[in-house]
Parts: sequence; structure tokens; C-alpha cells
Amino acid sequence: MIHFVLLISRQGKVRLTKWYSLYSQKERSKVLRELSGDILSRGPKLCNFVEWRGYKVVYKRYASLYFCMCTNQEDNELEILEIIHHFVEILDRYFGSVCELDLIFNFHKAYYILDEILIAGELQESSKKTVARLIAAQDSLLETAEEQANTISNMIVQATKK
Amino acid sequence: MALSGMRGLSVFISDVRNCQNKEQERLRVDKELGNIRTRFKNEKGLTPYEKKKYVWKMLYIYMLGYDVEFGHMETVSLISAPKYPEKQVGYIVTSCLLNENHDFLRLAINTVRNDIIGRNETFQCLALTMVGNIGGREFAESLAPDVQKLLMSSSCRPLVRKKAALCLLRLFRKNPDVVNVDGWSDRMAQLLDERDLGVLTSVMSLLVALVSNNHDAYWSCLPKCVKILERLARNQDVPQEYTYYGIPSPWLQVKIMRALQYFPAMEDPNIRRSLFEVLQRILMGTDVVKNVNKNNASHAVLFEALALVMHLDAEKEMMSQCVALLGKFIAVREPNIRYLGLENMTRMLMVADVQDIIKRHQSQIITSLKDPDISIRRRALDLLYGMCDVSNAKDIVEELLQYLNTADFAMREELALKAAILAEKFAPDLSWYVDVILQLIDKAGDFVSDDIWFRVVQFVTNNEDLQPYAAAKAKEYMDKPALHETMVKVSAYLLGEYSHLLARRPGCSPKEIFTIVHEKLPTVSTATVSILLSTYAKIMMHTQPPDPELQDHIWAIFNKYESCIDVEIQQRAVEYFALSRKGAALMDILAEMPKFPERQSSLLKKAEDTEIDTAEQSAIKLRAQQQMSNALVVTDQRSSNGSLPVGQFNLVKMPSISSNADANGADQGLVHANGAISNVDPQPATPSADIVGNLLDPLAIEGPPGAALSAQQNAVSGLEGAPIAADALALAPVGEQSNSVQPIGNIAERFHALCLKDSGVLYEDPYIQIGTKAEWRAHHGRLVLFLGNKNTSPLVSVKALILPPTHLKTELSLVPETIPPRAQVQCPLEVVNLRPSRDLAVLDFSYKFGTTVVNVKLRLPAVLNKFLQPISLSAEEFFPQWRSLSGPPLKLQEVVRGVRPLSLPEMSNLFNSFHVMVTPGLDPNPNNLVASTTFFSESTRAMLCLIRVETDPSDRTQLRMTVASGEPTLTFELKEFIKDQLAGIPTTTPSPAPAPAPTLALPQARPVSPITSVTDPGAMLAGLL
Repeated sequence: MIHFVLLISRQGKVRLTKWYSLYSQKERSKVLRELSGDILSRGPKLCNFVEWRGYKVVYKRYASLYFCMCTNQEDNELEILEIIHHFVEILDRYFGSVCELDLIFNFHKAYYILDEILIAGELQESSKKTVARLIAAQDSLLETAEEQANTISNMIVQATKK
Repeated sequence: MALSGMRGLSVFISDVRNCQNKEQERLRVDKELGNIRTRFKNEKGLTPYEKKKYVWKMLYIYMLGYDVEFGHMETVSLISAPKYPEKQVGYIVTSCLLNENHDFLRLAINTVRNDIIGRNETFQCLALTMVGNIGGREFAESLAPDVQKLLMSSSCRPLVRKKAALCLLRLFRKNPDVVNVDGWSDRMAQLLDERDLGVLTSVMSLLVALVSNNHDAYWSCLPKCVKILERLARNQDVPQEYTYYGIPSPWLQVKIMRALQYFPAMEDPNIRRSLFEVLQRILMGTDVVKNVNKNNASHAVLFEALALVMHLDAEKEMMSQCVALLGKFIAVREPNIRYLGLENMTRMLMVADVQDIIKRHQSQIITSLKDPDISIRRRALDLLYGMCDVSNAKDIVEELLQYLNTADFAMREELALKAAILAEKFAPDLSWYVDVILQLIDKAGDFVSDDIWFRVVQFVTNNEDLQPYAAAKAKEYMDKPALHETMVKVSAYLLGEYSHLLARRPGCSPKEIFTIVHEKLPTVSTATVSILLSTYAKIMMHTQPPDPELQDHIWAIFNKYESCIDVEIQQRAVEYFALSRKGAALMDILAEMPKFPERQSSLLKKAEDTEIDTAEQSAIKLRAQQQMSNALVVTDQRSSNGSLPVGQFNLVKMPSISSNADANGADQGLVHANGAISNVDPQPATPSADIVGNLLDPLAIEGPPGAALSAQQNAVSGLEGAPIAADALALAPVGEQSNSVQPIGNIAERFHALCLKDSGVLYEDPYIQIGTKAEWRAHHGRLVLFLGNKNTSPLVSVKALILPPTHLKTELSLVPETIPPRAQVQCPLEVVNLRPSRDLAVLDFSYKFGTTVVNVKLRLPAVLNKFLQPISLSAEEFFPQWRSLSGPPLKLQEVVRGVRPLSLPEMSNLFNSFHVMVTPGLDPNPNNLVASTTFFSESTRAMLCLIRVETDPSDRTQLRMTVASGEPTLTFELKEFIKDQLAGIPTTTPSPAPAPAPTLALPQARPVSPITSVTDPGAMLAGLL
């Protein structure tokens, strides 16, 4: 089981956090502090696993971003590592060659997408195509709602003008 | 891609990103939070769209690390919005901000339930996702049946059902009763017929959790799992979109094999055969390929297959195939595979009889102990620890001892403990055990817990044959000049008890033993002083016939400590003194310690405790525990055979037998032993347990001034030999080494800048940056060296040595030999100023980068003015003092020429910058300056210094200076120091503006933090893939 997912930039800025196990606010900040220290300081040619407080943090760096997932010690590390890659590939497909800036300005999209990949800290969908289809469906729902809202508000604006 | 329709949010994010520093960011965020708060307060005017926008903003602010608790209610309330856009935001942000225990969630249960049982598929998905991510026990109780219905429903689409499966998994974790419904296991079996792989993946995760809890109910699922695995791994029968780099859903394969590991055995021969066929195919058919992701995915499957093979307890042949594979893995270049190879070998040790095959890889494993990656080093250490037995204990323990010298700080304690345990468990002979533990304390005293030395004392006490050997060893160590304090403790203890056994050997007469022990007294803490006093008493008791000279000496020491501020020391001194005059009584009371009762080693207990984990139950762990207890029984039997001397300790017990009473272990032993001593006092001042507590814990209270002083004086005299050589070195042209690596910036300027401020960069070259930050209090100083590796590869063979001048006592904490890439290590340096002097401490620093060896000698800014504290005096205070210090050597006057021309305000600023405070208006002549300061050193204590400078307005290059203080050297040194400052030394960067020194120093005041130096805006645009 994945206990949490963190996206941290090379400068230590948090880009996404998702907690599947119970952590109080205080613990969350502590985890972020400790792990960004442990992980950002690691060199490039080392393995992708860090042992931390009896857990294992699987991480991978993509350009300026570190994707980290914390699992139990006996979980399959490589499986988690490829969940990370699966997530990144889906982001890449959605944004069209994704970069950190996309995830800063569209952080909410990253959250939607993650919710289609993981629930309860377990993999929900391993087909990129299916995830893409579901996200597209959500986007179109939002757009329709917006158009409706616009027409309604336009109508109100028009009405009040007269 | 812009945020559709949420311009305000984009603008806010841009604003935050444009903030130059944390303070600006806080202001911007506070402004926004204020705005959001006001808007939420009068909700009437808030459109759903605006509400949604503010809630997203709050999530962003939350990620920046600010508290947004005030908005939780609004966020949760969005869940009940009628429209999808708002509801979606409500669900997602709630599941990010709140955790399962939050009260607001309870309020939302009804809404959530309505969404789950409602007709709207998208609402169902949102609700199931949130409950799956943060649902707690109450959700489990009220929602489980509805979620089960969705999972089983044939009319629901896969996107809802897979979410329902994982949501149910969450609810099951919160309350396992949710699946206590009739026929649930049949339904699980039915679910495994699912053709949609998304649903099947989620269902399989659910199954893993269910069987880990109770496999008995799910036997009917087993054949189906094997079928699916066959379909994936053998027939490769999956839709294209579910292959990952050509591998049929590796995640599903891994999950199936994980589920199978929870079933104890497989009886049906047909199923067993088809499973083994698949496993064999995976084991043999996985090749290393170039594509990283494909490689990872196929090896994820392979390692899971290995785990399953181990679990199934396959035929010997298949097992040795596995070990062979692992042996290959631990030697490959790919660090992940190396790591996993070591990890799985350790697991394999626990479940199978493969010790001998694994031993063949011992040298490779030892090599991994020196891997650049700490994660891999940890695995190697664990494996070595696991594979150690009587046959290889010597090799492995010696390897660990050697590794201690270079190991990371983070690992040393564990390493020391493991080495100690192995030495104890598998010692081929006891003298070797004593050797190992003493070496351990010698090399890594800071990381050796008290338990370890208590244990060696117990061993020696209980084994008479060992006593002379241990005493001789202890003496050898005590002959060394510098010893770790723990070493002093254990050696002094052993010598006190057993040095009389050596009496006939050369150099081992009581007097000689006493002398070498006593030499350590000035350098040790109060806790150790107590032990030394006991040692003296014991030596005195063992000296027969009494040696009057020695006796007098020891009595004198007892006398001295009778008034010690430390109660424990005082009590011992008083009692030993009284006892030693009682003759026979002394013999009774101070006789040798009785044998310790046998008990479980507190070390082994400690090791067991650390293995207890709170994580979810796992098959491997459960099996490992069973296996471990078997292994322990075996060891126990062997021990009780008495073939090993260690056996009489009954070292290893079944974990289940170890009772709480054992927990105190060694501590109690010493409590008892010492209790015998303190009981002699008819009215013990403190309960014996407390006394021992004091003995064992370093005390916060300092020793009496007298004792401390003498200790320090001794330390000074002890140091004197070395610093002479150091001084000679300090004279060498500092910073002008002929290195091929060129420093960045001017070393001399950096040093002079640091003389006037307390933090900044001391040295920099293309590979390393050394910053310092210092705090000075009276004659004490703490200067932290920040060693920052600027590269992406480690700096090795890092060495730092302080060459202190005679007037400074310095102590540099251990400097790690390797600085990891882009890491910064901090090494505090404690400085004590003994007396006034302008000599400089030098840091001799070297490291290796690739093949380049860089060695620099850097002057440290622990200069005279750091021990000055400005003091402001009134005319009534100044002049009587000034007059009372009349003439040389206390008051010195000199005409100084060739002074850098400075205006009077500039000169005042300069004086103030090195902590000499100018009091304007004190001297009636406006061209004169009068200044005062307090100097701190151990020899002078706080001493007032007075300075008067008479300038010539017509010629600013000369002046007359008078310096006075209560100590001739101080007067002289301070005068020379000020002269140096006034002369042409570039104390500050030459600048046309008449800027005062301290302000000029400011821009450089902070060491360039690695964070800012790597900020590279371009990096954010780099594609992640």
C-alpha cells in the first residue's frame, strides 16, 4: 500500500501531496521536511529507494521534479517505481510533454489525474488510454457546465442592463 | 494549458512565484487569505464559481505550507453543491486537506451516501474516490453495504466498480467486519471472472488484503488466481492497452503472486504444476534489457516470483536457481537490482536452508558494504548480519569493525550494535569477544551504547579465565594518549577489578596502574570520575602490603573530592576514604564483584525490539518470525551444550520467553553491585538506584570550580607539546598551496571579512564551499564549519584537522570522510580561549575529487577580537581605572605611523566592528578617541581594557595609541592587534564610499545557500520525460 505521494521540486518546493494513511498536520510537515532533505541530497546514480522510519520511499527524478511514494518495507519496490512512471506518462500525454510549470499552474489537474490512478493507496487503473478517456470526460463535463453558466450569467447581465 | 476560466488563480500563482523571498510570499499569501476569509464571511454574494476558485486557492496555499483551517467548512460544504464543477472541487480538496478523524467529515456522511446510491455516475465516482482515500471507521459502518452493491452490480460500468472495489478495501482496513457477510468469499471468486482488467486489478488489491487477514475463507479464489496468472504470464492474453512496455499488466501479475503468498500450501497437484510452470518461465525468461521501464517492470514480476517460490518451498533445484539469480543481481551495475538482490537474499535466509550457498557470495556482499549508496550499504549490513554464524563470524565482524572507520554517522550506531551482537552470539573464543568490543569502543565510542560496555563487564566478571586477559588489554588501551571516554570507563573498571592479577608483569605494579588511570582523570566527565574513584579504592585494597606513598596519594584525591559539588562523587570520596581506614572492612566491601546472574542479553533484546514493526501483516514477515524462533532454538541448544564458553550466559532465548523482568538487563546488575558499596553508609543520602543513575548518566551539573580549573589546566599543559609543531605550521604561507584547483575569491579577503563578522564563506573552489558560522560567549566559542559539496558526485577522503595555537583549546567534531553529492555537512568546532594571543588557528583541510587531491590550509577567524565584548563606560568609571593602571607593562603607549588614513567616524566604526566600544565625548579633545572593551580568556577571566587614540588632524597617517589592562600580555597583544587593524590590512574591501565596516560586510553575511544557487528558472520548463 502507498501511504503517501509527494511531488517535490529540486528546490524543495512542494508541488503535490496526497496522504492515504493517517497523518496529522504536524506529522505531514515533518515528513515533508525530513524526506525532502533525505531525497534531494541523493546523487544521480544511486538506487531509487530510501529507507525511512521503517518504511520505504520509492522516488524518481524527472527533470526538476522528484516523484516520491512511500510504501511498506515488504512491498514490491519496482512495482511502485513503475506506478510513478505510469503517472508521469499519463501527465505527459495529457499536457503534451509535461513540465514542472504545467504542474504548478494546473496543480488541480494533477490531483484529478492522480485520483484516476490511485485510490486507497492502490493502483486503480493501469491502462493509460482508459485514464485519458476518463479525464477527457471530466474536462468536457466542466466545459459544458461553464458554457451553461456563461450563457446564464450573460442572460442576467443582459437582463439587468435593460 | 491555462486554467480554464480561473484567471484569478493563475494570477495568484504568478504573484506568489514572483515573490523574491519568503517574507514577501507570506505577505502575499496573508493578503489572499484575508480576502478569502472576508468573502467566505458574507456568503450571500458568493457565486458557486467564486467559491470553487477560492477553495482551489486554499489548496495551493496549503501546499505552500500555510494553515488554511478556517476554510475547511467551506470546502466540505462544496460536496453538497448540486453541480459537478463545485462538487468535484469539494470532494478533491476535502480529501487533500482533511484526514479521517476530522469532525467535518462526519457531517458530510449523508451527502456522500446520497451520491453513492444516486443515479449520477460521475457523482458516484467522486464520492467513492473520497471515501476510498480518507474514509474512516464511521464511513465503513454506514457505507459498506452500498459500496458492496455497486461492486457487484452488473449494471454499473467498470469505472464505478473499480472505484467501489478499492473503496471497499479502505473500509475493510478501517473495520474488517465490513466483509463479514454471508457468501462474501463466493462473491470474491465470482469477481475474479471479471474481464475488465481495471476492475480486476482493483479487485485483486482487495483480495490481497482479505487473504492476508484470513486466507481460509478464500480457498475458492486460489485456482482462479493461478488461472489469471497463466493467462497473463504464459498466454499473454490481454488487450493491448493493458500491456506495459510489452509486458502484460505487470502490476496485476505482482498482485496475484502476492495474494498467493498468503495461502499456506498448495495441495492440488494440477494447480501446483501449472503454477510452477509459470514461475519457472518467469525465473528463466526475464532478461536484462536496455529500456529502464521495461527492465523495472519485468524485474518487479521476477522478484515477486522469487518471493512466491520461497514461500512455496519449492524443490531444492528451483531454490538454488533463485540463489544463483540473486548472486548475479548483487553484482550488477544497476543499483536498483543490486539493492533488491541484497534485500531478497536476506529474506531468503529467513525462509530457506540456503545459508551455505549464500556464503559463497560473502566477498561480493562485503564489497556492497562500501557501495556509494547508503540504501545499498544498509541492505548489505543487514544481509551480513543475517548470514553470520560461527564459521564466518570472525571475518564478518572484523569487516564490520573496519567499516566503522568510514561508515556514515547515520549507520554507526546500528553497525556498532550489530557487531557487538554478532561478536557475542558467535564468538569462537571469549578473548576474541573482548578484543572486538574494546576495538568497537575505541573506534566508535560515541556510537556505543552503555549496554555494550556493561555487557563486556558482565562477561569478564563471570569468566575467571578471561580476567587477566581483559585487564591486560585494558591496560594497553589506557597507555594510549587519547581515549574515548567510554573506553576510559570500561578500562578503569576492569583495571580496578582485575589489575592485581597482572601484578607480576612489568609495568603493572599497583602504582603504575594507578598512574596511568589517574592521568585520564583531568579529561573525563563527572560520571567517569565516579568510576575512577572506585578504581582507586580497589587498587588500594589490592595493594598488599600497603604502599604508603600510593595510599597517601589516593587519600589526597579522596580528600579533594570530599567537597565536590557532585553528590555522587562526594559520597564516594567520603565513603572510600572512611572505608580505607578500616582495614578488613575495606576488604569485605570492596572485594571482587560477584558473578552476575544469567539473563538474556539486553543487546539481543534491543535488536529484537527494533525488529517489531507496526506495518500491515505480511506473509514474509510472519514466516520470518516463525523461522527466526526456530533458528533461536537451535542456537540455544548449542549454547547449553557448553561447547561454547558463551553458553553459560544463556545468550539466546526464545523471544516468547523473554519477560519484562529481563528488560533491565545489565543495568540491574550494576545497580546491585554498586548498591553494595553505598549501603555501607548507615544513612545513605540517596537510594542506591539513584546513585547508579547518576553514575551512568552524564551529569548536567558541572564539577566544582576548583576541580574544573585544575582539569583545564592539566588539559592545557597536556596540549602544550603538540601546538608547538602546530605553530610552526601556522607560520607557513597560508592559502598559497600549489594546488591545481584554484580557489574562487580571495582567501585572505574572505578571512579578514570573517574576522569582523560571524558568518560567511571561508573558502570556495569549484568543488567545495566552506562556510562558517560562529557564536562567541565570553572565552568560549562555537564555530560551525559548513562543508558543502557543489557537485553531483561525492567528495571523498575528506579530512579536516585543526592546528591550534597554544592559547586556544579546540575540539572539532568528527568530519565525515565522504560528503555526498550536493550535500552540506556541519562540523562544530568548540574553541576555548586560554589567554591573550594574536596567534591564529589553522584548518588543514583536504579532500579528493576524482583523482584530484586538494589540500588547503586556512586561517580560522577565531581571532583575538572574538573574545572581546564592548562595554560602555562613563567618565567616572573610566578615569579612575585609567589612572590606576600606570605605566608599563600594564599600560603601553606607542606612536604608530603608516596608518591607513581614516576619518574619526570611520575609525570609530572600525573599532566598534571589532568589539572595542568608542565612547564619544569622554575625551575633551575632539581629535582623540577613548574606547573600552572586556577581554575574556580562561587565564584572565573577564578583564577590562582601556584604549585611547590621539590623532593628528594634519596628518592622518600617524597617531598615538595607549592601551591599558590588568595583564601585561593582554595589553601588549591588544595593542599589537589594534595596530594591525589600523595598518594597511584590508579589513574590509577597499571601497570609495566611507562605509562603516559592519554594514559593508552585510551583503556577504550569509553563506550562499545551496537553494538559491541552484534556482534555475529554465529547469521548470524542462520536460519531465
